[in-house]
Amino acid sequence: MDIGWAHTGTSIVASFLASLVECVEALTVILAVGSVRGWRSALVGAATAIAVLLIIVTALGTALTRIPLPIIQFVVGTLLLLFGLRWLRKAILRSAGLIPLHDEEAAFAKNSEAMRNLGTGRTAWDKIAFAAAFNITMLEGTEVVFIVIAIGAGRTGTLFPASLGAVAALLTVIAFGLILHRPLARVPENTLKFIVGVLLSAFGTFWVGEGMHLAWPADDWSILALIAAYLAIALVMVPLCRSQSKSSAPIGERS
Amino acid sequence: MKWIKTILREIYGLFVDDGAFALAILIWLGLIGWIISRLDLSPAIVALIFFAGLALILIESTARYARRKR
Repeated sequence: MDIGWAHTGTSIVASFLASLVECVEALTVILAVGSVRGWRSALVGAATAIAVLLIIVTALGTALTRIPLPIIQFVVGTLLLLFGLRWLRKAILRSAGLIPLHDEEAAFAKNSEAMRNLGTGRTAWDKIAFAAAFNITMLEGTEVVFIVIAIGAGRTGTLFPASLGAVAALLTVIAFGLILHRPLARVPENTLKFIVGVLLSAFGTFWVGEGMHLAWPADDWSILALIAAYLAIALVMVPLCRSQSKSSAPIGERS
Repeated sequence: MKWIKTILREIYGLFVDDGAFALAILIWLGLIGWIISRLDLSPAIVALIFFAGLALILIESTARYARRKR
């Protein structure tokens, strides 16, 4: 089935960028756990969580094929809309300086300190390191699984490109983690969230519409128009929100 | 079991951080469903109205937040 580049291309890009953000957050904590309490238990914890997530993905993927497509489009599209618009709203407010930016180096320092406060753990098997790495990988990994399903389940044949994007993000972050051995502080997280928010909002709008049997002008290509429209709105809203905030708050009070 | 609770809380947080914003989106979906079933409008027109409503919700919510931060 030819699903078109509008779907495969945007699925890969959206899944890659969204997963990249989550993987970077997980990497920060795993690096903190590994460097303070030892790598073996931390890496086993992360690997165990990835294995559990793969089982969940396989089970969900099989279950999804039994549900009629319009129902999946509507349910997944609704979740995607809530998720995508929430990210986009937050990215707009962060770009406008109304919400502080996420700081991976600060998160790394905070997690390292927390690990040190839990006592010495340089033994062969460190339960705390295992649990901390397992928890963060499950947490961020569950978000990646949702992202992949949300992006890929709305249309036959897009689950594979969406999975490909997530795997590419995971491999990219692992490669950088191995090379740098420190958090990826220079990843422009808010820019990524801005782009992903636009893409997911467009996908969500399109699929909820499909699920409700609305007729999009230009069919699948409408998704590109929706991306352009959401991007234009977001770009207009950033200076607008900034000016609203600046109009009365003294400069010294803004971070 | 604590980690399951944390994951469930995080999943909820994936979709909702501003309750009014999330609720407005869901109400708009319900209204569009009602419009489709009750009014004899072209599905293409309803699709455009649907997008316009979502865009307005996003604009209103971000602008409201910025005003509150004054």
